[in-house]
Amino acid sequence: MKLGTVRRMTGLLHWMARLGAKSIDFFHEAGGISILFARTVYTMSTTRLRWSQCVDQMNRIGVTSLPLVFLTAIFTGMVLALQSAYQLRYLQAVQFTADLVALSITRELGPVLTAMVVAGRVGAGITAELGTMKVTEQIDALQSLATDPVRYLVVPRFVASFFMLFVLTIYADFIGMLGGYLVGVFKLDISSSQYIARTFDALVLKDIYTGLIKAFVFGIVIGLVGCYFGFKTEGGAEGVGRATTLSVVTALVLIISFDCLCTALFYFMF
Amino acid sequence: MIQIVDLHKSFGIKPVLQGVNLEIRKGETLVIIGRSGCGKSVLLKHIIGLLHPDSGKILINQVNTLALRGEALNQFRLKISMVFQGAALFDSLTVMENVGFLLYEHSELTRAEISKRVREKLRMVGLHGVENLMPSELSGGMKKRVGIARALCSEPSILLYDEPTTGLDPIMADAINTLINRFHAKLDVTSIVVTHDMTSAYKIADRIAMLYDGKIIALGTPDDIRNTLDPVVKQFITGEAVGPITDRERKFAVDEYNNLGDI
Ligand SMILES: Nc1ncnc2c1ncn2[C@@H]1O[C@H](COP(=O)(O)OP(=O)(O)OP(=O)(O)O)[C@@H](O)[C@H]1O
Ligand SMILES: [Mg+2]
Repeated sequence: MKLGTVRRMTGLLHWMARLGAKSIDFFHEAGGISILFARTVYTMSTTRLRWSQCVDQMNRIGVTSLPLVFLTAIFTGMVLALQSAYQLRYLQAVQFTADLVALSITRELGPVLTAMVVAGRVGAGITAELGTMKVTEQIDALQSLATDPVRYLVVPRFVASFFMLFVLTIYADFIGMLGGYLVGVFKLDISSSQYIARTFDALVLKDIYTGLIKAFVFGIVIGLVGCYFGFKTEGGAEGVGRATTLSVVTALVLIISFDCLCTALFYFMF
Repeated sequence: MIQIVDLHKSFGIKPVLQGVNLEIRKGETLVIIGRSGCGKSVLLKHIIGLLHPDSGKILINQVNTLALRGEALNQFRLKISMVFQGAALFDSLTVMENVGFLLYEHSELTRAEISKRVREKLRMVGLHGVENLMPSELSGGMKKRVGIARALCSEPSILLYDEPTTGLDPIMADAINTLINRFHAKLDVTSIVVTHDMTSAYKIADRIAMLYDGKIIALGTPDDIRNTLDPVVKQFITGEAVGPITDRERKFAVDEYNNLGDI
């Protein structure tokens, strides 16, 4: 064989090996996250919930995220209204802006954008906190004091992120539609009562609860992924940085994938 | 009382423990010495069940601790405490909550009783008035002592100390040594102490074991160790810069250098 062919083949082999290793990594992580999920649910069902810790985490995850979610939602609502009006204008159908904003926000953008900003803010925070505990042996110390880290650390964060994503999504839906309303009424000259009436007409219950089911799924993803990568952290401050990046990237990818999956599922189911 | 049988552990391709055999008697203080990075902390973490060996067994009171799960494991951990090398205090909790952690979690004591017990343990390690500080507000040596107080708080029957005196001033270090001796005399605890500090090793040990190259290469009373003829042990305890340990390491370095040349 010619040298060039050999090189190309070994190159291909290397590439395939790398792909193989990467996909093993992927399944390894997916398996790890699933196991943590199972353990968390099991722990929740067999032990008493620590409400004070859950409330504490809800405050840290939920309440402190309100300003960021507010900004994201209101600007998204406004942009959405402007962009749809830009196209609807040609159809002489500017008043349908309200429908478009309401549907896009509740079905899609409310849950997804909320999940994304919360993953960036809270998911990273959880990983950095637990990761630091891991590399400074605090998790070992916890275990040596006969305390299960899943019960003590994961469950409160999991519960908080589950409920708070739900609450934040409702909030984002509302604020997003408010953004659309502001643009619609003050810029597009749709009357206030007409905008509101159209919004209520357009929305059916299904739009809202499919959006909220997504919010629950994203809440689970953010809490679990944050904790999982925290526990897996190795090797000092640099390791904490690496774990945090990996955690946010994984959470974002999972959020987008689950969004697609849920949407497809709802489309065929209802 | 504690039997370690043929323990092996590797991290990746790097072997750390390569067949450790060791028996610790009830009520004795065993000091483990060895070079930095030889696997002393790893050995302690195996004893308390934080790490699982690749092969081998650990029996404590004839019970194979590696097989323990769930509630049984928790019960076992209430009887054995570890002082971590870097103190490992929970940095979101105050000193009071750190030291009393196990009592808050696993006992029916009231807050007042816990707080009394915590103050008493802190006094034993020479600290007072720090109950409401956060770990980040303490000096390194104070953290270490809070870590010791936390380990004592559950009144365990087995205590593992990972370098309890490193980073303390000589007077405090000696106070800790005295403390370890006192528990030993009064409370009938079995202690395993990892240290580099030969002065404190001689002072507290009933027996000294040396971990080298993944195995226990010497085990004996402080006098046995002091008068050893083994050149490896001798180099370690006298702290000579030249000897069999360093020769071997140098040879490894040279081999590695030569191997690099091959690639
Ligand atoms: N979680 C881990 N993952 C990979 N390697 C590890 C891990 N823990 C320990 N090691 C390796 O095991 C070896 C022994 O580590 P260990 O912490 O037991 O050393 P030591 O004897 O306690 O040293 P020192 O006296 O400096 O504390 C080291 O070379 C370290 O790199
Ligand atoms: Mg160590």
